[in-house]
Amino acid sequence: MTADRQLPMARGPVREVMPAEAADLIAAGAVLIDTRETHEWNAGHLEGATLIPPIEVVEKVTQLAPDKEKQVVVYCAAGARSMRAAMQMAALGYQNVTSMAGGIVQWKQEGRPWQMPGDAPAVARNPRYARHLVMPEVGPEGQGRLAESKVLFIGAGGLGSPGLLYLAAAGVGTLGIVDFDVVDLSNLQRQVVHTDDRIGMKKTQSAAMTIRALNPEVKVVAYDEMLTEENVDRLIAGYDVVIDGTDTFETRYTLNDAAVRAAIPVVHASVFRFEGQLSVFVPYEGPCYRCLYPTPPPPELAPGCSVAGVLGVVPGVMGLLQATEAIKVLLKLGDPLVGRLLIWDALDGAFSEVTLRRDPNCPACGQGAMVAAAAAEAQPTLAAAG
Amino acid sequence: MTSVRVPPVLRVHVDGQKEVAASGGTVGEILNDLVARHPGLGEQLLKADGSLHRFVNVYLNGQDVRYLAVLDTPVTDSDALIILPAMAGGA
Repeated sequence: MTADRQLPMARGPVREVMPAEAADLIAAGAVLIDTRETHEWNAGHLEGATLIPPIEVVEKVTQLAPDKEKQVVVYCAAGARSMRAAMQMAALGYQNVTSMAGGIVQWKQEGRPWQMPGDAPAVARNPRYARHLVMPEVGPEGQGRLAESKVLFIGAGGLGSPGLLYLAAAGVGTLGIVDFDVVDLSNLQRQVVHTDDRIGMKKTQSAAMTIRALNPEVKVVAYDEMLTEENVDRLIAGYDVVIDGTDTFETRYTLNDAAVRAAIPVVHASVFRFEGQLSVFVPYEGPCYRCLYPTPPPPELAPGCSVAGVLGVVPGVMGLLQATEAIKVLLKLGDPLVGRLLIWDALDGAFSEVTLRRDPNCPACGQGAMVAAAAAEAQPTLAAAG
Repeated sequence: MTSVRVPPVLRVHVDGQKEVAASGGTVGEILNDLVARHPGLGEQLLKADGSLHRFVNVYLNGQDVRYLAVLDTPVTDSDALIILPAMAGGA
């Protein structure tokens, strides 16, 4: 607690009082002014308050409180802006202006009542997401969108583990997990969503337990199966974003082709020893995985992690970058890595980037593929018509 | 000489080096010089007919050479080449 909170100050007609006394003044009918920005107001405010952002105080306060004798209580987040506003009001001739020390932060810490704007979603009242709710780029609207979002993880392994944890913590409403494997001791060097006492347990079940312990508001949908050509369309249907955390080329191509068909963005990453690669494939907006590499290398030229090894933190970092990109796509924030491949070299401590382009001849998303897909779709109709 | 960044998966063929130097006026000449110096890279990068494998991308100053003049793309000593084969690891 700071000194000025312990010893509220009097500066001419301006007084600074603790929340308890402010509450008494409000109950006695004082005019109540919230001098913060709109996004802060949207994350919660005091009942009966009127929002006047700092820059508008001089212009608007006389409309709100024409009687300059009347008691006015002004607050902000922590007490600094409200003190400035109170001084401005005193200069305008107000006789009884009170700034609430500690602001709404202190008010909430003391367990006093506050409210959300009338049209805010329920999630916006959830203190779990307080750090998101005060950010203008997320706010109640963005948090509500996260709560309605569905993200599918292909693999609850090295890449999937950190993303599952952070997207659960972030309040993504539904997390699907496709994994047919069980937890093995050799996984625990990097697959932090699992624990030592769950060795032998299905990874989907273990991940679901961790997610529930972290954020019981998240719905987990477990698919205890291997992603194949036969089930991929069913598995990805209805998801907003897919996180590719698989370990084989076969699965990556199967996922890519189905995601292009269903027009679902895929956040792609792969890792090898001390290095990771990351990109976001948004079908028809940017390149897909086949635009980048139309065919896989022969197995002997591309060893997986189990053969080549990987520093445990490398999939951790790349998995978190995937989670970050997923949130950007869901909330339409910033510049997702569409048409860009990010390369991270852990030993150099350096990121570099190359430009990816859509291949007009891509067998998955190129012109020919689209024509073939349209023809295949039209075929049953034609047959029925014939 | 132009600097060529070698991906981790291929470093075993260049004595573990991250970056190697090769000479030539085009991407093709540089790759051929690279293979002459490090024969193990040959089958990793090039097909028998001398063209680039489809699972390997080469970037000149961050741009995919397939969208430039492929192996005929001119290169100067101040340019930077990156070799980037597909990698699948994730678990």
